[in-house]
Amino acid sequence: MGDVRVVGGTDSGFVSTKFEALLGWARKFSLFQYPFVTACCGMEFMATAGPKYDIARFGAEAPRFSPRQSDLLWVVGTVSQRQAPALKRIYEQMLEPKWVMSFGTCASCGGFYDNYASVPGIDKIIPVDVYIPGCPPRPEAVLDGLMLLMDKIGRGDKTPAVLKNTELPEGASESLQKLMQIRMKQPA
Amino acid sequence: MAKILLQRLQETFGDAIVECGSCQGDEWARVPRDRWHEIAKFLHDDARCQCDYFVDLSAVDDPERPSADGGRFEVYLIVYSITKKHRIRLKTRLTDESPKVATLSDVWKGANWAERECWDMFGVEFQGHPDLRRILMYEEFEGHPLRKDYPANRTQPLMPYREGTHDKLGPFFQDEGMPLNRSPREDERPS
Repeated sequence: MGDVRVVGGTDSGFVSTKFEALLGWARKFSLFQYPFVTACCGMEFMATAGPKYDIARFGAEAPRFSPRQSDLLWVVGTVSQRQAPALKRIYEQMLEPKWVMSFGTCASCGGFYDNYASVPGIDKIIPVDVYIPGCPPRPEAVLDGLMLLMDKIGRGDKTPAVLKNTELPEGASESLQKLMQIRMKQPA
Repeated sequence: MAKILLQRLQETFGDAIVECGSCQGDEWARVPRDRWHEIAKFLHDDARCQCDYFVDLSAVDDPERPSADGGRFEVYLIVYSITKKHRIRLKTRLTDESPKVATLSDVWKGANWAERECWDMFGVEFQGHPDLRRILMYEEFEGHPLRKDYPANRTQPLMPYREGTHDKLGPFFQDEGMPLNRSPREDERPS
């Protein structure tokens, strides 16, 4: 299954491909999110939406608490078996095009819960576009996942993806150490 | 501090108190199952006990406890007195064959939902309860999950899973970086 890439749009004609690109650009920078927040990951979701790790700069700040008005479903936190029909119903009520981000490990794969009460990952119930691991994920990781999703929306790519660690750029560790030293007023 | 409670219980009920003691500052007493309601009501009504605040009620399941010691389930009740400021734990043991005990929801209103939770999780039936049904799990769930013989990781999906997904394993692609270290359960390995 890993080698099938689903890329939306047609591949004929300059105007239609440019139109698809325009549409992708418009969609990715105007995501209306539906925060389906259930558990502790909600704290990190709130932190990401706050001023320090702003998601407003990506155009994704407006939460719409109605599935009819939103296009990005953030499933944040553990989903229990009892809540699964509600989640499916919310997903079905959303209009196309719609995307799903699973925020945190409980939503991605059940997390550390291996019991009778929680769903082992929401992809058992609804298709997910980006999985963000973490318990809870740092806001930087959430933004990374959001940027990954936006990249996929821009290209019309529908393959699911899991967020991986990014490597630090060259020389980053030295500059970080210098910053720490300046901060703590220690001699270099 | 709550020795007055044990003293009152022993004065009034004498040999009905099977066992009592004090554990790290908390007093407790174990009573036979058929005197459960009577003794709990005494703790609520008596002028020197006045345990008007219901704290918790649940059960402990120990299938290896010999039946000479009373049986598998031990239902416990914790009550507190706001006026007198003392607390007591009351316990009783039930057998597996008929885990039934009288309800305390007519004495303390707070016992209503705690008894529903005990029924849901352990299967302990409270006789005389006005509305004994599941509270945490859904109606379609079969079994009582906190019993020791219920496998803790057995799921009964309320929503059928999508095609291509297995219980406990994700549909992640091979190259997607998430190591699948979960051990599948013995009775349901993915094919």
